[in-house]
Amino acid sequence: MSGFLIKRLLQAIFVVLVVTLFVSYAVRLSGDPALMLSQGAGSVTEEDLQNIRTGLGLDRPFLVQYGDFLGGAVQGDFGLSFMGGTPVAQLMGDALPATLALAFVSLLLSIVVSVPLGIKAAVNKGKGVDQFIRIISLVGLSFPNFWLAIMLVLLLSITFPLLPPSGWDGAISLVLPALTMAIILSATNVRLVRTAMLETLSAQYIMVARSKGLRERVVLYKHALRNCAIPLITYIGLQFGNLIGGLVVVEKVFNWPGLGTLAFDAIANRDYPVLQGTVTVLAVIIVAVNLLVDIAYGLVDPRIRNK
Amino acid sequence: MQWRSLEFILGAVLTGAMLTLVLLSVWIFPDRGSLMDLASRLARPFTAWAHPLGTDPLGRDVLARVLVGGRISLMVGFVSVLGASVLGITVGLIAGYYRGFWDMLLMRCVDVQLALPFILVALTFISILGGGLGNIILFMIVSQWVQYARLVRGMVLSVREREFVQAARAFGVRDVAMIRHHILPNIIGPVIILMTLNVANNILLESSLTFLGLGVDPLIPSWGGMLADGRTYMQTAWWVSVFPGVAIMLTVLGLNLLGDWLRDRIDPTGKL
Repeated sequence: MSGFLIKRLLQAIFVVLVVTLFVSYAVRLSGDPALMLSQGAGSVTEEDLQNIRTGLGLDRPFLVQYGDFLGGAVQGDFGLSFMGGTPVAQLMGDALPATLALAFVSLLLSIVVSVPLGIKAAVNKGKGVDQFIRIISLVGLSFPNFWLAIMLVLLLSITFPLLPPSGWDGAISLVLPALTMAIILSATNVRLVRTAMLETLSAQYIMVARSKGLRERVVLYKHALRNCAIPLITYIGLQFGNLIGGLVVVEKVFNWPGLGTLAFDAIANRDYPVLQGTVTVLAVIIVAVNLLVDIAYGLVDPRIRNK
Repeated sequence: MQWRSLEFILGAVLTGAMLTLVLLSVWIFPDRGSLMDLASRLARPFTAWAHPLGTDPLGRDVLARVLVGGRISLMVGFVSVLGASVLGITVGLIAGYYRGFWDMLLMRCVDVQLALPFILVALTFISILGGGLGNIILFMIVSQWVQYARLVRGMVLSVREREFVQAARAFGVRDVAMIRHHILPNIIGPVIILMTLNVANNILLESSLTFLGLGVDPLIPSWGGMLADGRTYMQTAWWVSVFPGVAIMLTVLGLNLLGDWLRDRIDPTGKL
């Protein structure tokens, strides 16, 4: 068991290293920040540019810069933003709660919706209700997330001025972005719940519970659901990468002050440290969640860890 | 084959309709939606036969642009999936059949690539190489071939242990023939499902990227581009944003329905 754990941990670290290396390298190919920073400053000589570069530490060999970044990152120091010199760690620290709050609420909303629907579909497998729920979930999957966001804003912010369309000014601002994310997440989750429930419901103890005369609701929620909760959580955990991906786009559309918007703006401004830091943090989060999910999966299903 | 399944009918009709309309768009609208009728700028939809879906701020017909714009999205979707699947299937076959070094290499790639959502990779990549049609397709191929490789490898591993393969080997069937005649036909099913679902997904991805300004040149009509343009006019001219999105949704929905129907027929356990 510990062999499995160590192996997975090493794998995770390897992945994070490759990702950070890739991002650091890629970001440096995209353009010269010295040029970007000095735009509009009148006549800039090559010497000035060189000074800027030295000041930012850009003239050192790439591996030295990367090593520096890693060394600092481990201590929580991600350097300073090129735009204004704020510590990147601080920018990220301000943005992280926004992203986490949105992720959490979206996930919660999605679970509240998909669990009952998934169970209903599983119980009525093959019948009209099942087909209907499945097609609806496919519709949910087919929305471009940014378009859904725009539509919701159109409907609930412009046509009927009910909810704020952008920024984070209190809990009510959460509603639209979380709703957008939740709709798309639920589309996948409903199917996951349905599949998991179908597998559980065919087990023998369910038959026993029913023949004992227990009410159907008790059978479903107390017995079946609890037993498929763990695989379900692992399935949902595996979707985490998609959650972050979708979150990044939705944040930008709603001007939500989270890590996604931070990353996008960093690209536009060629702000390497911020971009490096943000992508690293997001990648680490995803890898960490995948790792946890894998470990949990390995705990639950011994066949996986002995592969 | 359950031809009468609702999913199949709906999926086939939607996909077929969208595909036909988009493919024929250049004939129906020879101006490719670039004709600017400045007299009827921002015309409302459903009011005139000349512009059934209204016009955009420059007087261009929305219906024309939606149909013509679909060509980009569909092309990106299909070409990227074609590229990724060919690459992925080949590597997966080699890794699964010959094992050894290739297998290990593949598994390392899989680990790394699966950790990152495409958007983050795209963000970084595009800031180096810029956007544009070719690059987008390239990024999609590069980030998605792993899915096919992993799937194919897994299936090859299980198929090669089956009796008919052992028997063929005992008869001295050579590797290439083995793969072609015995292994490939048995693994093609789930691969087709993955391809269908990925075309749908890539259409969504392409429009996301173009919407964010990272994708295709915004001067070419494309669904994502139209949505980006329409954002400023949301309060005054909702139709500029709504209809391209509807087009995306219908196409993707059609493909998803087909993929789902296929999945039900071929791989009902949902182990994909």
